[in-house]
Amino acid sequence: MNVFTGDQLLSFTYIIAVVLFILAIKWLSSPTTARRGVLAGEIGAALAVGATLYNPDVTQYKWIIIALIVGAGVGIPLGMVHMTAVPQRTALSHAFGALSAAMVGIAEYYVGIPRVTRFEMGEIGLEVIIGSLTFTGSLIAAGKLQEILPQRPIVYRGQNFVSLSVLGAALVLAILLVINPNNTHLFPAMIIVALAFGVLLVTPIGGADMPTVISLLNSYAGFSAALLGFVLNSKVLVVAGALDGSSGFILSVIMCKAMNRSFTNVMFGAFGQVQAGAAAQTEQRTVRSASPEEAAGILAAADKVVIVPGYGMAVAQAQHKVRELYDSLTKKGVDVKFGIHPVAGRMPGHMNVLLAEADIPYERLLEMDAINSDLPQTDVALIIGANDVTNPAARTDASSPIYGMPILDVDKARTVMVIKRSMNPGFAGIDNPLYYFDKTLMLFGDAKGFVSDIVRELGGGSGH
Amino acid sequence: MPADFISNLYVFILAGFVGFELIKRVSPLLHTPLMSLTNALDAIVVVAAIIIAGRHETHLSVVLGLIAVAASFSNMVGGFFITDRMLRMFKTGKSKKS
Repeated sequence: MNVFTGDQLLSFTYIIAVVLFILAIKWLSSPTTARRGVLAGEIGAALAVGATLYNPDVTQYKWIIIALIVGAGVGIPLGMVHMTAVPQRTALSHAFGALSAAMVGIAEYYVGIPRVTRFEMGEIGLEVIIGSLTFTGSLIAAGKLQEILPQRPIVYRGQNFVSLSVLGAALVLAILLVINPNNTHLFPAMIIVALAFGVLLVTPIGGADMPTVISLLNSYAGFSAALLGFVLNSKVLVVAGALDGSSGFILSVIMCKAMNRSFTNVMFGAFGQVQAGAAAQTEQRTVRSASPEEAAGILAAADKVVIVPGYGMAVAQAQHKVRELYDSLTKKGVDVKFGIHPVAGRMPGHMNVLLAEADIPYERLLEMDAINSDLPQTDVALIIGANDVTNPAARTDASSPIYGMPILDVDKARTVMVIKRSMNPGFAGIDNPLYYFDKTLMLFGDAKGFVSDIVRELGGGSGH
Repeated sequence: MPADFISNLYVFILAGFVGFELIKRVSPLLHTPLMSLTNALDAIVVVAAIIIAGRHETHLSVVLGLIAVAASFSNMVGGFFITDRMLRMFKTGKSKKS
C-alpha cells in the first residue's frame, strides 16, 4: 500500500473534496437536485477532515477531539433554529468562519516569527485584518437581526471619517509589519484596530439594508479563508474560500441592483436617516380601509391573487396563516401566486424559505420580473408586511430616495390590499403613495391576526 | 514573489470563475440555502485549524488552533444540517401531502 506517501494521500483526498464542493454548488442550482448537493458537500468535508486527522503532522488528539465535540455541540443547535431566525444564524456563522480564519492566521504568525518573510507578512496581515473585521462586523449584524441591538441605523457626525481613519490605521500597522515582521508588538495592535473597524462598519447600517450587508460579510468571510489558503499554501482553502467569496459577492451585487444602490452607498450611506425629515411634511390624505369580512369577500370573488410578503410577515410569524389563506382561496378556485422581491426580508431568499417552511409549493413563488408581467392581469394584490418594495414612487417620483429601485408593480393590479399596523411610515420614513390610491384598501392590524380573520371569514363566508 | 503564490493565484482565479458561473445559475428561490451551504463548505478551514492545533508547536498556537477547530466545525455541522433542513421544505404542488 505504499504507493502514496502520507502527504500525497492527503493532497488527493483534498482534490476529491474540492471536486465534490464544486458539484455541491452545481447541484444547488435547482430544488430537485439541491439535496444531492448537500450530500456531496458533506462527503467532501468528511473526507477532508478524516484525512487531516489521519495526517502524521497531527500528534495530539485529545484536545482536538474535545474541540470538535464542542464545535458540534454549538453547531447542531444552531442548525436547528426556527426558520425566522435564519438571518441571525447566518450572520453568526459568518462570524465563526471569520474567527477561525483569523485565529489560524494569528497562530501562523506567532509560530513563524522570526522567520516570517515580508511577503508572508503581507499575506498574513491582510488575512488577519479581513478575518477580524468580518468577525466583529458579523457579530454586530447578528445582534441587530436578533434585536439585541437597535435595527435602525446608528449615525453621528463625521462617522465616515472616523471609520475610514480606523481602517487606514489598521492598514498602516500592516504596512509597518511588512517593513519589519519582527515588530511583534504591532501585531496585536493591528488586530484590535481591525476588530474595531468591523464594529464601526456595521453599526450605522439599518435593518432594511441587511440583505446586502449579510451577503457582503459572507463574501469577506470567504475571501479571508482563501487568503488563509495563500498563507498556508493550501489549495483546498483557496478553492473553498474563492467559491464562498464569489457567492457572497454575486449575492451582494444582486441585492445592490435590487435596491438601485452602490456598495459605497450601502456601506456609507446610512439610508434611513436622510428621509426622516421629508416624510414629516406630507399633508393629510385620506385612505380607504376595510374589515376582514370585506377583504375576504373581495378575495373570494377574484380569479387571480398575488400575495406580496415582506419582513412584516416574518416578524409576525404569519407564514403558516398565509398558507391557510392560500389553501382556502385555492379551494375556491382562485389562482394564488406570491411575488418575491429580491430584498424582501433580512437576507437573500428569506421569504422563499419562510413560505417553503409553511408548505407552499415553490412553483407558486415568483421572482420580480415574472410576477410583474402577471400583475396587470391580477385582480387583487395582497401586501403583507412589505412596504418600500411596492412603492410606486420608485418609478414616478424622481425626488424620492428610492427613485430608480426596481419594485413589484402591485399598483397595476385591479385592487390593492395592504395589511399594515398603522399609517406610521416605519423607520425608513419613506411615504408610500400606494396607500392613497382609490383602488387601495388598507387592512389595519397585525399581519398574523388579520390573515387569520380573513381565513375565518372565507371558511364561514358561504354560510351567511 | 514565491512560486507557491503564483500557483495559488491561478487556482484562486480559476475557482473564482467556476464559482461565478455556477452561482449565477442558482435560482433566487434558493439564495438562503446557497449562503448556508457555501458557509459550510468554507468551514473546511477546520483542516488547517486541526493541523495548527495538532502540531503542538507553542501553547498559544494550540489554543488559537483549538478555538478555530471548534468555531469552524460548528459552521460545518450546523451549515450542512440547516441547509438540508431548508431544502427538505421546498416541495412542488404535486408532492405536497396533508
